[in-house]
Amino acid sequence: MVTIYLTVFAILALTGFFAGHRRAIAVAGGNTRALHSLPTYHGMYTLATVVIPMLIVLLVGFPLVNMLAGQSAISHFPADLQADALKRAATMRDIVNLAGGRSMASVTGELQRAAASYSNVLNIGNWIVVGLGLLAGVGAIFLATGRISLTFRARNNFEKFVLAVLIACSAVAILTTIGIVASVVLETYRFFFDPAIKGKPGISEFLFGLDWNPQAAMRAEQGNIQTAYGFVPLLVGTLLITLIAMAVAVPIGLLSAIYLSEYAGPRVRAFAKPALEILAGIPTVVLGFFAALVIAPSIKGFGESIGLSVASESALAAGLVMGMMIIPFISSLSDDVINAVPQSLRDGSYAMGATKSETMKLVILPAALPGIVSAVILAFSRAVGETMIVVMAAGLAANLTFNPLAAVTTITVQIKTILVGDQEFDSAKTLAAFALGFVLFFVTLILNYIALRVVQKYREQYD
Amino acid sequence: MTMEAATATLTAGNDRPVHSAPQGPIKIQARDVNVYYGDKHAIKHLDVDIPQHSVMAFIGPSGCGKSTFLRCINRMNDTIPICRVTGKIEIDRRDIYDPSLDVVQLRAHIGMVFQKPNPFPKSIYDNVAYGPKIHGLARTKSEIDAIVESSLRKAGLWEEVKDRLAESGTGLSGGQQQRLCIARAIAVSPDVILMDEPCSALDPIATAKVEELIDELKSNYTIIIVTHSMQQAARVSQRTAFFHLGTLVEEGPTDVIFSTPKDKRTNDYITGRFG
Repeated sequence: MVTIYLTVFAILALTGFFAGHRRAIAVAGGNTRALHSLPTYHGMYTLATVVIPMLIVLLVGFPLVNMLAGQSAISHFPADLQADALKRAATMRDIVNLAGGRSMASVTGELQRAAASYSNVLNIGNWIVVGLGLLAGVGAIFLATGRISLTFRARNNFEKFVLAVLIACSAVAILTTIGIVASVVLETYRFFFDPAIKGKPGISEFLFGLDWNPQAAMRAEQGNIQTAYGFVPLLVGTLLITLIAMAVAVPIGLLSAIYLSEYAGPRVRAFAKPALEILAGIPTVVLGFFAALVIAPSIKGFGESIGLSVASESALAAGLVMGMMIIPFISSLSDDVINAVPQSLRDGSYAMGATKSETMKLVILPAALPGIVSAVILAFSRAVGETMIVVMAAGLAANLTFNPLAAVTTITVQIKTILVGDQEFDSAKTLAAFALGFVLFFVTLILNYIALRVVQKYREQYD
Repeated sequence: MTMEAATATLTAGNDRPVHSAPQGPIKIQARDVNVYYGDKHAIKHLDVDIPQHSVMAFIGPSGCGKSTFLRCINRMNDTIPICRVTGKIEIDRRDIYDPSLDVVQLRAHIGMVFQKPNPFPKSIYDNVAYGPKIHGLARTKSEIDAIVESSLRKAGLWEEVKDRLAESGTGLSGGQQQRLCIARAIAVSPDVILMDEPCSALDPIATAKVEELIDELKSNYTIIIVTHSMQQAARVSQRTAFFHLGTLVEEGPTDVIFSTPKDKRTNDYITGRFG
């Protein structure tokens, strides 16, 4: 049915365009300069007047018919079944299956009547919707072409339609963000304040607690094991790994950006820049098993050969590989920023008798510094949110330690661990993942905000 | 061979009109200088003598090679990979394209002021102190302070900025920025100052100030100025060279060049018939 509707939709939209186009030319008597808008705009205007009502009928009509059909079908069953949401949904599934002609194990008379009524309403309703759409489309064509005259401002009207489409598109992105934030905030609120959730920590216990063990909470009914939702070990683990990653990525990324932008010849640059950016394209899961299978064992082997005790999943291994992951961020963004420093500043410095490295240190880097800082902050927030590498290489043990050779865990790893598999969404353990997600979101939001402000300041720096 | 190239060959070197030779010692001497940008022959067989402690103006239509030659004198063309220079340019009888000469040393003795003011995005003080610091001209803070003050005074900017030396150089007006760039250039006590259309981005009042400054500076420095304004060349320079299509067409005392040019092309240009 929807297919038929869409076909009619497409045909009417095209018809609308050509009708408007021809009508405009006819009104002008062939002299299109006499028209306010080009014939194409009259065509597009007519098309827009067809699209709007037909889209509304499509988006409202079919779901409405579906709902009505469901209601008429379910009314064949007793009231107590209709009141129970679970049974109601199960019955509805049976009805739809039977109406769709799929074989059923046991078919009662009641079910048969309901299915017949369902198909009936659905069939009639859908045809009514198609008819309404056809009517709306044809009506719109006549209405729009009727308005076309020499002075009719088709271009302005069509531009209003385009503007509405643009607004709608950006609204989708913004509303999605708001929706995600709202759901995280809601679940976090439940985690902290819903009295129905048992074994949950207080806010200060969560933010300042030094132990993390959601498994203990799961067994709380069996024994009297204390719940442990202390956030600090996860925060320390996350920061430890992120700092290791930054210690790798910032010097390497920045120095390679300096080499690429100021020292490398055009041929080296043409090869090296894309090669560096390929690193950004490696899926993090691949980097993750590289960390777990290559880097971690070599660190362990090397550490033990010089008499250090190294965990087989160490913060160092995860941090090093995460650092490799964010090198392209820093090098690519810094390279852009360094290239954006005006050539006139370089000329001014070289003409003073400054060497390349003096010019770099004293003029270009200070001028590019705000941009570089914002690149580093963006890379930092990216590292804080990274999951796959730490899942594979950092381990699950929530140790509160600053030792890079020990196993630690991160916020993202714990969220993933909590939410893998079947979950009940009314236990403190599951909701803890949302609280962690909220904190993570909040941290990266603040970092991004700082980066944005630094970039704004940067724009005022020269000129 | 095109017509232009043929003309260039004919007028190169000694074939061009002869004017009275410069008075006093020669600071910069160029002989048979050719500059190529890839395949483009940008300067053809250029010979010129530039006297010490005077102002020499380079005039000519856009793309005639006057800025290119200016940038040869402090080897700024080295930063352009496709650029190639042949011939000989001597400053104080020393060949500046001699491979044993360090370009950093050379540029430390030649100041340059650009078309668009390009102060560093640093404080006014740091802009002027930049050269002395990188060349180690001063050891103590008070020595640098003294250099900054005297350079800003010579550039005629001291009275305007002495209370806000810590503010950014980019916050000054266009004319002030250009005088700051001049102060920055003279802070390393150069012998030669190259100016590439220094007033083209300035208003008439700022231009007058910069011209006044050029006139004062010429007693201590050898100044070469590229300009599109013939009035400016006439006002500030002692000698003028006219460039056309990569060739130095005519060179001589400014008053002679502007009153009785010997080459037809010079005459056409200064009377506004082309360019």
